[in-house]
Amino acid sequence: MKEKIRVGFEGDFQFREIEIAAGDPAPWDPSQRFSIVGTRQPRLDGKAKTTGEAKYSIDVRLPGMLYGRILRGTLPAATVKSVDVSAARKMPGVRAAIVIAEPGARLRFAGQEVAAVAAETPEQADDALAAIRVAYDSRPFVVRLDDAQKPDAPLVFEGKTETQTSGGDVESGGKNLPRHGNVLGPRSTVKGDVDAGFRKAAAVVEATYDTQVQTHSALETHGLVARWEGSELTVWASTQGIFDMRDQLAETLQIPVAKVRVITEYMGGGFGAKFGPRVEGLAAAKLAKEAGAPVKLFLDRKEEQLASGNRPSARQTVKAGATKDGKLTALQLTVYGNGGTNGGTGTSGPVKNVYACENLKVEEFDVFTNAGPGTAMRAPGHPQGAFALEATMDELAKAIGMDPLEFRLKNDPSAVRREQFRGGAEKIGWKDRDARRKTSDPEILRGVGVGAAVWYNTGGTGPRATVTIHKDGSAEVEHGVQDLGTGSRTMVAMVAAEELGVPLDEVSVSIGDSRLPFAPDSGGSTTTPSSAPAIRRAAWEAKQALARAVAKEWKVPAESVRVEKGRVFAAGNPPHEATWAAACKLLPSEGVAATAERADNHEDAWKRFTTGCQFAEVQVDTATGKVKVDRIVAIHDCGVPINPLTTESQIQGGVIQGVSYALFENRVLDRPTGRMVNPNVEAYKIAGALDVPEIDVTLVSVWDGINNTNSVGIGEPATVPTAAAIANAVSHALGVRIRQIPITPEVVLAAVRERESRGARS
Amino acid sequence: MSDEPDEPRSGFTRRDLVRGSIVGAVAATVGGRARAAEPESMGPGAAPLELNVNGMVHRLSVEPRVTLADALRDRIGLTGTKVVCGRGACGACTVLLDGQTVCSCLTLAHEAAGKPITTIEGLAADGRLTPLQEAFIAADALQCGFCTSGMILSCKVLLDRNPKPTRPAIREAVAGNLCRCGTYNHVFEAVERAAGMKTTDLAPPGSPPPPPVPRDFDDDPRVARAIREAMEEEGLA
Repeated sequence: MKEKIRVGFEGDFQFREIEIAAGDPAPWDPSQRFSIVGTRQPRLDGKAKTTGEAKYSIDVRLPGMLYGRILRGTLPAATVKSVDVSAARKMPGVRAAIVIAEPGARLRFAGQEVAAVAAETPEQADDALAAIRVAYDSRPFVVRLDDAQKPDAPLVFEGKTETQTSGGDVESGGKNLPRHGNVLGPRSTVKGDVDAGFRKAAAVVEATYDTQVQTHSALETHGLVARWEGSELTVWASTQGIFDMRDQLAETLQIPVAKVRVITEYMGGGFGAKFGPRVEGLAAAKLAKEAGAPVKLFLDRKEEQLASGNRPSARQTVKAGATKDGKLTALQLTVYGNGGTNGGTGTSGPVKNVYACENLKVEEFDVFTNAGPGTAMRAPGHPQGAFALEATMDELAKAIGMDPLEFRLKNDPSAVRREQFRGGAEKIGWKDRDARRKTSDPEILRGVGVGAAVWYNTGGTGPRATVTIHKDGSAEVEHGVQDLGTGSRTMVAMVAAEELGVPLDEVSVSIGDSRLPFAPDSGGSTTTPSSAPAIRRAAWEAKQALARAVAKEWKVPAESVRVEKGRVFAAGNPPHEATWAAACKLLPSEGVAATAERADNHEDAWKRFTTGCQFAEVQVDTATGKVKVDRIVAIHDCGVPINPLTTESQIQGGVIQGVSYALFENRVLDRPTGRMVNPNVEAYKIAGALDVPEIDVTLVSVWDGINNTNSVGIGEPATVPTAAAIANAVSHALGVRIRQIPITPEVVLAAVRERESRGARS
Repeated sequence: MSDEPDEPRSGFTRRDLVRGSIVGAVAATVGGRARAAEPESMGPGAAPLELNVNGMVHRLSVEPRVTLADALRDRIGLTGTKVVCGRGACGACTVLLDGQTVCSCLTLAHEAAGKPITTIEGLAADGRLTPLQEAFIAADALQCGFCTSGMILSCKVLLDRNPKPTRPAIREAVAGNLCRCGTYNHVFEAVERAAGMKTTDLAPPGSPPPPPVPRDFDDDPRVARAIREAMEEEGLA
């Protein structure tokens, strides 16, 4: 069915005719008067989380439950000669022991899994690990990106590359790519002719940018509780994908999908690394089977730092050219990324998709090292890509003598982001940023910088939801989605309440269980745009079921009954009208229910990228090298935000993780021993309460008509431009380009020395 | 187990650690007098223990090495207390022991014997949320919620001592509570809300920077205070 809908954003709407999927309501219109969607709703599980009642998977305690622990190798490269768990089995309280790395297995990073035990207390499990005897053949190893690229470097993979990928990873496309030593690639993208582009340019800049390895550091570690009842397996997991977990467990353990149940009632964060059972989840399931008792196996913080994934490092060389009047003529990116034993280290998302440029060349190489595997982390490749791109934009603007913001506006194809840039510039005081550089303290300089975000995902089909309307007017939503802390539980209730026209407190929600209707994995910022349209459709269909039931009682044609804003009407003679409560009283005792699937995205909708930009204002202490971020202005497009309160919280979080990435976080591997020297949260420094800036969040509502709720996700774009904006602000303050993060005092002081020596020369 | 209290020994807090190292430094300079407190012998097997948690006495039998956090979570089942780093660096396991915040992952269960312990479950024991908990919900000062228990307890102690804290005081109070989702600004707002204060407006662009935080360790009044207290305790001042 074709329908004319309005798409666009505040001040710039247009009509567009789109094909609505059969049986799906048309997208909400900008003139829609919402009662619940778009209002700031405290999250429904606030009470459970502030009283300690919320049961996270790591909190689950079952009768007779055992505690599992994993023994990990400490060598960065080794072959396992023998593993003997027999003494461990005889230790007090030990009920099961398994070998994970069989003799002959290769260990490729310090911290890789070797064996596991389950015992009656956590302490007994720890003791038992010490009783496991393992013999290794140590092998040469390499942990640094530059060392690993050398022709004589020890090979991480001698034969076939054995990498693991999981939901949300950057495609590594390893199969058909050439590999030389530890270097896999390039994955290439070519558009136009960069050489011709550089010839046309009035100015060309080229530089190399380094970014570090960042770990996810979700507070609840990876792990699960596994319980077998006969041939049925139930797990309580800390996972971003309940259904993906279910399917992978079934496949690996070779049991029917129908015999696996995954529950994630509450989850202590997930930033891209919590997909599938992974080694520890399978170990828990096997230990539980062997012991004949439930097993809880969660990693400790050190294990989490060593082996649960990370954002790969990157060494990016960007070359770019522009005309005198500020048009980009060519963009070229070459990147080598250290993803440890994993690939997928590409960073080209921003270079390809933020600014318009006819001539583009990208070459991405994965460099293998003997380090914990990289995996998807909040906007894979983007924060590192944005850092290099946005620095390049500043440098190029300087080279052609143009204001960096004006230069961006000239090259930004997104009307939404151009508005965001203008709004943000106003808020941060872009115009007089040069005048504000000097402070009353001669040693402290102030700087302002900017960066852009792009994201693509609009969700997809698969999700189902069931909405039941009860005789007393209350409603229930069943949808098996996990809530990582994003507020998806509240989002589910709000969408249903809006569509039904009932107050939020009359809607109850069941989520977090694979026995509920199918829901998306939470990766790629797709949860809300995948879930919300299914929930709205189920509520819409449940309303129609209500209308049919009421029509029968009123003895009018079903088509004549409308349910709107909590009232039920029927045209005709005489017209009927009833309150929601009175209409629901007419229902049979079982109420009415509808299960609906999410429709396809509307291909003819207003297609666009999700956009955002952030401005940073910093103070740089030239005596100590310390950077203090005073303020971030974050302006983002989240489609039509369902719950601005939790959306803003996610943006706050993305910004704070970005501050932390820009200034502090850094996995440090010891070159001589190949071991991580900061596998904790004190030496692996993460931004804390004393480090966070004021954050000014603005949401720009964009109505794209792509799905029936116009929703898109925000988790990832919110962290993309922060480090880029901060690095540009520090560079602005110092007048010296910062080309690496984290921007530690050492980095700043080196820049200060560069500035002084330049001053001395001139 | 005897009803006589052991040598009074509070749980190890980071404050104690700071103080301990400073005492060590001070003692070294003035010639050294170490405190000789012989702990009562115990273990390695399980020993009986009474923990007074949220006004209820729990009788347990745990090995001396079991931490208070593990005793609360695994033995008593009060899982509102979370363990994130297991070494006193993140504050997730914060509980109140004798009214003071301690990291329950650095406190042995037996060290807490007989002392009043308050966990997050003890705040709304009568089923009514405290204004601080309500403010956390209203300000959306939680996302995944895993740091929330420790965060709220740190804020509770702050408000008990300082009913109208400034922003810097709030930052300071939760400086030891790590949040990965990034709720800090909303936590600050929640504390101000609970204290009945107006939430600080965002500084307009170009406004003067906040007063500088002392750059030197020696300038930090907290360090000066810790040294003074430690010296007094040792009879050196």
